[in-house]
Amino acid sequence: MLKSQLLAQLLKLLASGLLLISFAMLSRRRTQRLITLFAWQGAILFLSTSLVAWDAGLTELWYSAALTLLLKVMALPWILHRLIQKLGAQWDSEPLVNIPVTMLVGLVLVIFAFGLAQPISMMATTITRHTIGIALAVILLAFLMMITRRKAITQVIGFLAMENGLFFAATSATYGMPMVIELGIALDLLVAVFILGIFFFQIREQFDSLDLHHLESLREE
Amino acid sequence: MRTISLLRQLSEVVLAIGIAPLFVGWIAQCRAWLQNRTAPPLLQPYRVLRKLFHKDAALATDASPLFRSTPYVLFGTMVLAAAIIPSIATDLPFARAADAIALIGLFATARVFLSLAAMDIGTAFGSMGARREMMIGFLAEPALLMVLFNAFLLFGSTALPSLVDGYATHHSVVDPSVIFAAIAFLMVLLAENARIPIDNPATHLELTMIHEAMLLEYSARHLALVEWASSLKLFNYACIGFALFLPWGIAIHGADGGAAMLIAVAALAGKLVLAGIGLALIESLSAKLRLFRAPEYLAIAFLLAVLGLLAHLLLGTSAHA
Repeated sequence: MLKSQLLAQLLKLLASGLLLISFAMLSRRRTQRLITLFAWQGAILFLSTSLVAWDAGLTELWYSAALTLLLKVMALPWILHRLIQKLGAQWDSEPLVNIPVTMLVGLVLVIFAFGLAQPISMMATTITRHTIGIALAVILLAFLMMITRRKAITQVIGFLAMENGLFFAATSATYGMPMVIELGIALDLLVAVFILGIFFFQIREQFDSLDLHHLESLREE
Repeated sequence: MRTISLLRQLSEVVLAIGIAPLFVGWIAQCRAWLQNRTAPPLLQPYRVLRKLFHKDAALATDASPLFRSTPYVLFGTMVLAAAIIPSIATDLPFARAADAIALIGLFATARVFLSLAAMDIGTAFGSMGARREMMIGFLAEPALLMVLFNAFLLFGSTALPSLVDGYATHHSVVDPSVIFAAIAFLMVLLAENARIPIDNPATHLELTMIHEAMLLEYSARHLALVEWASSLKLFNYACIGFALFLPWGIAIHGADGGAAMLIAVAALAGKLVLAGIGLALIESLSAKLRLFRAPEYLAIAFLLAVLGLLAHLLLGTSAHA
């Protein structure tokens, strides 16, 4: 009894860390910092998944934790680092629209997510049911990040962070998805990052910048 | 019994007044080491104070009584604050006079007096510094209040000593809201004590300074008192932080005898040494923000504190509830 209480507490702590990192991502200007934060998010996800797996004694969850460690903590940040190095975009900082306002919108989103998750967490029986609200908030915050950013790379990082939130929601609501689906999603993510990496080069060749602003106007030639 | 707690109170205040310049000196020394400079001696702040007390004070011709009395008011409020904050013991007769919200009021009083005194002479730098100080202050205060509300919610009291007592009786794992509150508090501490992301305490570079700009017209014993008060303010903030987030070792209510006090003093010294290293590290690693970024910085602090409140209310109370 005491063990599971301690565990639940620890999981709440990790979930709060996840939320904290989401807000940090919203407020960072430098692309490189964002990638580091993304790696940290993956690390927290790995820790919380392993804890849940240990508590519930599910082998499947161990696999998905290992997958998280390999993919989200090591592979994807490494690929993204390589990409921005090749693009020469390490020190890029983008002008953001008014960070305090973005943060306040984020706060409203968190309240909304918590409200939304309350009935769901009433029904769930997992040890992590209290953290569903945080998982939803992480998804919405990543979404907000994608909306407010203008560079292609940061939008991709936002997309990946959103997937992190979804994964966390899945573990906290139902002890994760079936293994096949999880493997599929992992592969999808990897491929998506590769394809988007190619896109980055194409976009830069066309417009001399990674600003997606240029993609909004149609031109006839 | 009564005399013992009075004695405890007195020793705490004397310790705070005595040790505060040492803490500032320790931070300066750590910073110097981290930046590969030869460190000034640890007792440098005391030497500066002695030198200043031996000088003759020069006053501007149009200085009003307000300007002359402000150093004493500043020093007095900071000593009073040190008497309220449980830095080594929680059984303080004085602490019943005011809770943590009144404590913030005390800090605000000091700020208002310093700003008015800076404007009193009518120099451009003084007014500029005062305005900036007020801008930082009005943004930092709500953040600090929110941090305190986190602790109040956790233990159901607004008095700092009973918070520490409450912490000692609940042996629970760290509550998630505490992390948010601690980070927010650290940000507020740096901003309120004119430390690096907001202001540089070592600078006399005219256009960027905030705190120093307000002190330009002070000299001799007045300057010494103001400097001493600002080191006390830093010490007080550090002690609030310890009381809220790292209350181990503080002699709690009912723990009588010299042993508990000795442990408390040793714990305080250890925490101050570590805090000094931490502060020096933060200050060496970060760059000073542009002044117009300061509202953004403090908005983040406020937001973190509010998030802590939300996490506490919506994640449900922790194991001890």
